[in-house]
Parts: sequence; C-alpha cells; structure tokens
Amino acid sequence: MVEIKNLSKAFGDNVVLDNISLNITEGDNAVVFGRSGSGKSVLLKCISRLLEPDSGEIYVEGKNVLELKLKELNEMRKNIGFLFQSAALYDSMTVRENLEFPLIRNFNFSPKEIEHKVKDVLQKVGLEKSIEMMPAELSGGMKKRIGLARTIITEPKLILYDEPTTGLDPITVKEISNLIVALQENINATSIVVTHDIICAQIVSDHAIVLKDAQIIFEGNLNEVASQDDEFLKNFFTMENLTAKNGSLNG
Amino acid sequence: MKDLIKDQKNPVVFSKSLTGFFETIAGLTFFSIRFFKEVFLPPYEFGEIKKHMDHLGVKTMPIVTVTGFIIGLVLAMQSQPVLMRFGAESYLPTMVSLSVIRELGPVLTALIFAGRVSSGIGAELGSMRVTEQIDAMEVGAINPYKYLVVTRIIACILILPILTLYVNFLAIIGSYLAIVLSTGMNFQLYTDSVFRSLEFSDIIPGISKTFVFGFIVGAVGSYKGYNASNGTVGVGQASTSAVVMSSLLILLVDMVLVKITVWIWV
Repeated sequence: MVEIKNLSKAFGDNVVLDNISLNITEGDNAVVFGRSGSGKSVLLKCISRLLEPDSGEIYVEGKNVLELKLKELNEMRKNIGFLFQSAALYDSMTVRENLEFPLIRNFNFSPKEIEHKVKDVLQKVGLEKSIEMMPAELSGGMKKRIGLARTIITEPKLILYDEPTTGLDPITVKEISNLIVALQENINATSIVVTHDIICAQIVSDHAIVLKDAQIIFEGNLNEVASQDDEFLKNFFTMENLTAKNGSLNG
Repeated sequence: MKDLIKDQKNPVVFSKSLTGFFETIAGLTFFSIRFFKEVFLPPYEFGEIKKHMDHLGVKTMPIVTVTGFIIGLVLAMQSQPVLMRFGAESYLPTMVSLSVIRELGPVLTALIFAGRVSSGIGAELGSMRVTEQIDAMEVGAINPYKYLVVTRIIACILILPILTLYVNFLAIIGSYLAIVLSTGMNFQLYTDSVFRSLEFSDIIPGISKTFVFGFIVGAVGSYKGYNASNGTVGVGQASTSAVVMSSLLILLVDMVLVKITVWIWV
C-alpha cells in the first residue's frame, strides 16, 4: 500500500529523515514512535505531499506520489485521510459543515446521502448531539473525535494519524484508540499512526516503527521491542510504559 | 523600511533585512500572478465571494461612514477661509466635491479598508495556517488558494468601489452641512454647484483606482496570512505587516495611477 524508498528530508542543517525505507502492506496498522522532533510528523506530511522531500521515492497504491501532477495528486488525496494533531477543524464552520465539506467538494453525493453519512459518522464517534456546535465549543477529546469523523467520512483507503491521542486523559486515549481500530475494521483501511502513547500503540499496532536520529532503528512487532538490546529502545519504552501506567492510575 | 534604516550600522543584519524585503516583494508578485491564473478556472466560489463581501462590507461600514462625513465637513471648514481670501467662496462646493471624488475619497477609503480588512484577512488566514486548517484542506484535495485567497481578493476588489461611492456621497453631505452652517447656502444651489462641476472624467478614474486598491488589500492580507509561521506570534506579525504593507502599496500605486489616469482622462 505504502512503499518508501531512501527518503530524506532536512530543514536547513537539521536532517530530519535520512535515507529511510519502509513498506506498509494493505490493511496494516503501522505505529511510528520516536522522540519529539524525530521526524514522525514530517514522514506523514511527505507521504501526503504536504512537504516535498529532498530525495527518495514514495509509492501509494503503486503510484509515485512525488511524480504526480496536482490533478492526479488530488485524485489520490481523495483516498487519503489525515487526522492532524490539533484535529484542524475549520473553525468558521459548524461540526455539520466540517463533515459535509469534503463530501460536497470532492464527491457527487445527493443532499440526502450527505445527511445520512454525516449522521452515521457522528453516531460512530458518539457525538450526534454536537452536530450544530462550533469547534470552539468542543473539548479537546470531542475535537479529536470530530476530526476523526471528518477523516473517515470519505472512507479513505489510507489514513494517516498524527498523534491522535496527545493531550488527552487515559480513558479518552483508550476510547479514541478503540474507535480507530473499530473504524478501520469497518472501512478496511490501511493506517499509519504517529504517537508517543504506548496505550494507543498497544491497542492499534500491528507493526511498530521506531525513529531515532533521522533513521529507523526498529521495525517489527511491538512485543519484540522489549527483547531488543538497544539502550534507546529500552529506555524509551520503559519511560513510555511508566507514563502510560501512571496515566492509567491517574485516569 | 524602518528596520532597514535602523539596521544600516550592522551590515549582516542590514543585508538580511534587505534580502527579506526583496523576498517579500518577489513572494507577493508570484502570489498575485497565481491569483490571475486561478481566478478564471472552475470551480467558481460565488457563495464564498458573496459571504466575504457581506462580511467585509459590514465590518468596514461604520468606520467609513464616520470618516466620509468628517472628511467632507472638515475639508469645507478648512477651505472656506482660504477661498474667501481670494473671493472664490462660491467655488467651495466644486472644490470639495472634486477633491473628494478624484483623490481623497478613494485613497482614504482604501487606507481605512486596508487597516480594517487587510489585518483581518492576515489574522484569519494566519491562524488557519498555524492551526493546520490550510494543510487539512490541501490534503483533503481542496485547493485552499482558490477557496480562501481568490474569494477574498475578489470580494475586496468588488466591495471597495461600493464603499468609495458611499464615502464620496457622505463627504458631499458633510461638506454641505459645513457650508450651510457658515454661509446658509440652500441645498438646491449646493447640488447644482457640485454636479455642474463634475464630469465622468472626474468620477471614473477615482473609482477605477479602487479596484486596484481592493486587489492590493486582499492580496497583501492573504499573502501575509497564507505564509504565516511561528504560531500565534506569526499570526500577529502577519496581521500587522499586512496593514503596513498594503497601506504603503496603496500610496505608491496611487502615485502611478494618478499619472496614468490624468494622461488618459484629462
């Protein structure tokens, strides 16, 4: 589904991704870990071509994203969902308008079909009553849910999640993570989840990728991480586990 | 420009500021060229344009109402003693109306519009940029430039001439009030005097200029907001620099347009 070959990206002297190669198969739920600033979000933005990499190749469904013209790229983007860290809801629009927006702009659904899809997706995220609210009236968790609803309303084949659970309490983290799994099973999408959150990763992950110093230092099953000798991996996952456990206790 | 002058003592900082200045000019030029490329291509966002026109017009209406009225009033009050000295008091309505319609109305309305609208557009698009709403649109296969920028620039181009006509009208009313209070001239005589002196060659150049000023306000505000970075600080900077730059460009372009319109119409 997604194949990345020798991808590099730097901002000035700061090399964020250095010759990264990666293969994510269809229906896979890949989770990308790494410290802040390790290039996780940049990786997602390169895949969706919000950022242009310095070198390398990115294939989505066999097409090299970097060689697509704008029209072809937009066609491809209709099959990609992107949940931003901040949810990125359009703050001048109501929840309903936020959800209708991609359907009206990119597809030829009738008003009745759009209404049905909006209600259906709101029911899935458990926020039917928020339909006429403005984003400013929603809590952080609600924004994430509506962002998730907007991401999946077009039933994309590939979903990119940029820290979907950051800043949320452990209970909401579990709810959102379970929701991600349930929704993906529903629409059978491939997903790449960038996160720090071990609870989220444990629920969502089929395939873990760890980034450090602009390189992939681990790729495999999440359970295999514990048996690795690498000091960084041990420290990272011990710290993350501690945070997760404390979070769960507090929650 | 202020920074440029202040930084002249430090050559490195000065050269950076100078580079930044030319980068902005180049960036704005390409941004404007993109507008002309995209404006004629579908989809045509009539609903959005109408929404922005409503919004921008309503937002600017109170301040231009006050300004228009006061310009006329003050101009008549200031000019009357001077004209009296030359025994040309009867030319007061003509002088005020010509000054307002040819120059003061269009330029002052554009400057107020720049202060009110350019900063608003800069802040609005800037906050959309830093909260990733523009990225969300782009990744959702929606052209954010077309949806957010083109519609706002068109709305500015269309609404500024209407506001200018409104300001011109109010300024003429304001000057009548000043004249009637000091000389007791009747309304019939005043309007005769105003309209006898006005020709199309006075009205058309003044109004034509406002289409260009509207473009400047929309384009500069959108450019600054669309390219904002550095979080909320960047949004503030985008908003402030949009006002400064659009006001400066309005005055500079006015200088050129006066020459052109005089050459064409007079």
